[in-house]
Amino acid sequence: MSAAKPRSNQGFGRAALVALALGYLALFLLLPFGVVFAQAFSRGLATYLHALTDPTARSAIWLTLTVAAIAVPLNLVFGVVAAWTVTKYDFRGKSALITLIDLPFAVSPVISGLIYVLLFGAHGWFGEWLYAHDIKVIFAVPGIVLATVFVTFPFVARELIPVMQAQGRDEEETALSLGATGWQTFRRVTLPNIRWGLLYGVLLCNARAMGEFGAVSVVSGHIRGLTNTMPLHVEILYNEYNATAAFAVASLLALLAIVTLAARAALESRAPELKRATKTAGGHP
Amino acid sequence: MQAALAPTIPFTARKPRRVLPGFGLSLGYTILYLSLVVLIPLAAIFLKTADLGWNRFLQVVGTPRVVAALELSFGAAAAAALVNTFAGLLVAWVLARYEFPLRRLVDALVDLPFALPTAVAGIALTALYAPNGLLGRLLEPLGIKVAYTPLGIVVALVFIGLPFVVRTVQPVLEDLDHEVEQAAATLGANGVQIFLRIVLPAVWPALLTGFTLAFARAIGEYGSVIFIAGNMPMRSEIAPLLIVTKLEQYEYAAATGIAVVMLLISFFLLLGINALQAWSQRRLLGTT
Repeated sequence: MSAAKPRSNQGFGRAALVALALGYLALFLLLPFGVVFAQAFSRGLATYLHALTDPTARSAIWLTLTVAAIAVPLNLVFGVVAAWTVTKYDFRGKSALITLIDLPFAVSPVISGLIYVLLFGAHGWFGEWLYAHDIKVIFAVPGIVLATVFVTFPFVARELIPVMQAQGRDEEETALSLGATGWQTFRRVTLPNIRWGLLYGVLLCNARAMGEFGAVSVVSGHIRGLTNTMPLHVEILYNEYNATAAFAVASLLALLAIVTLAARAALESRAPELKRATKTAGGHP
Repeated sequence: MQAALAPTIPFTARKPRRVLPGFGLSLGYTILYLSLVVLIPLAAIFLKTADLGWNRFLQVVGTPRVVAALELSFGAAAAAALVNTFAGLLVAWVLARYEFPLRRLVDALVDLPFALPTAVAGIALTALYAPNGLLGRLLEPLGIKVAYTPLGIVVALVFIGLPFVVRTVQPVLEDLDHEVEQAAATLGANGVQIFLRIVLPAVWPALLTGFTLAFARAIGEYGSVIFIAGNMPMRSEIAPLLIVTKLEQYEYAAATGIAVVMLLISFFLLLGINALQAWSQRRLLGTT
């Protein structure tokens, strides 16, 4: 142990590196984050609250919650089934399937919106049919939901695959041999084993669903009070030189980020194996 | 040996070992949902571009404005990823190796750019670096303009990309055997030699993966960039923004053309990342 004790100049180098890293993080991560709150409250609490209770702000908050409430459960179910499929069975093309699940991460948010415009927009493949049946997808809520589902598609699966891979299949196979049905095995054996990983994936999926900007921006049409999500509302306010109100709404999204990170840290201390599995797997947003 | 194995071969060859029920249903649902949400919509963009024909496609993506936007997007993304490679290695090293107060808090903080919505990051960075902003005011007298210039784009992409490098490099550093470094130190190697000869060779595949991940993300990034960029055609207009602009002007051919170029490059990067990870995993298994 005594050999590991740092010599004095080593201790100095150590302190310098720590200071350099912390300075960098403070300047590039913490400062922008702090600015959000400083700007939001720059004209006092009354202005802040006014910006949040404005009817267009309230409808933006409501729409964001609605979209997340649809998109997250859809991708939650998919994530569990996909992770179950690739970890509990052997089949050909498995690694190709895993790569395809990751695909939305490689696509620019703007392109994620564009593909749905090409399908459902006025000049799109199904545009005329939708118009004839009076169904609006693009520049309406369904388009926003679709784009959100696309960009948050891999999150739950991505978090669960390494967790389930590490757990293997022995417990499920034992349950089956003791007479449990497939569904019972899943509910009583698999689900309790993956619950923290699942929660973790849902958290990340939800944060992205509520915060997505590019993809939603392309399909939304920016109709105030109707198709404006919170990030889009932030953009509109900012472009109207109403920076204080923009930062007020942005501060809610920043709080969401804090809550997500805090919950993530809490989950990691509860289930340390998560940290390993997800950090190595997911250099992903 | 051969005789003992023989009876089992036909059995395993006929059917892979699938003990758990529900394979058909699970795989079917996975592939159906994947196709409906991801594969078919993505295919639309390629089919739409195929309609254009090769000449028209080249014409659309070859205009000076499009070329300038693509060059800017890739150039700024590469510059930002390079900055993040060095900064990310430093942060990962400090987090993996040193104990200091609030280390766990700082560790969690690194993921902030993942959790913070891009539009929020965009307006916050713009407020900081605008000529009258907290940092902009300090930089202006030095003749450095960040907001509304290509430099601002790089700053936004540096913010977005940091966690990619830290999170790929940190676990490798944590796994690295301290004893090798200590042995080198007792044999008289100095800190720089230990870093260059022992740490860097172990860590560079992860570093390269982190660079590629940050680069891939930065190419397509939109929300954090458009506020700070200034968005001047030919100068500070990124490719994703040009797609949006073309779409708003109903120039679908141009929008899809740019998108296809970006998608193809992103796919190759994704394949590269997967190959890199497979290779570095083999390398790790091979050496230990």
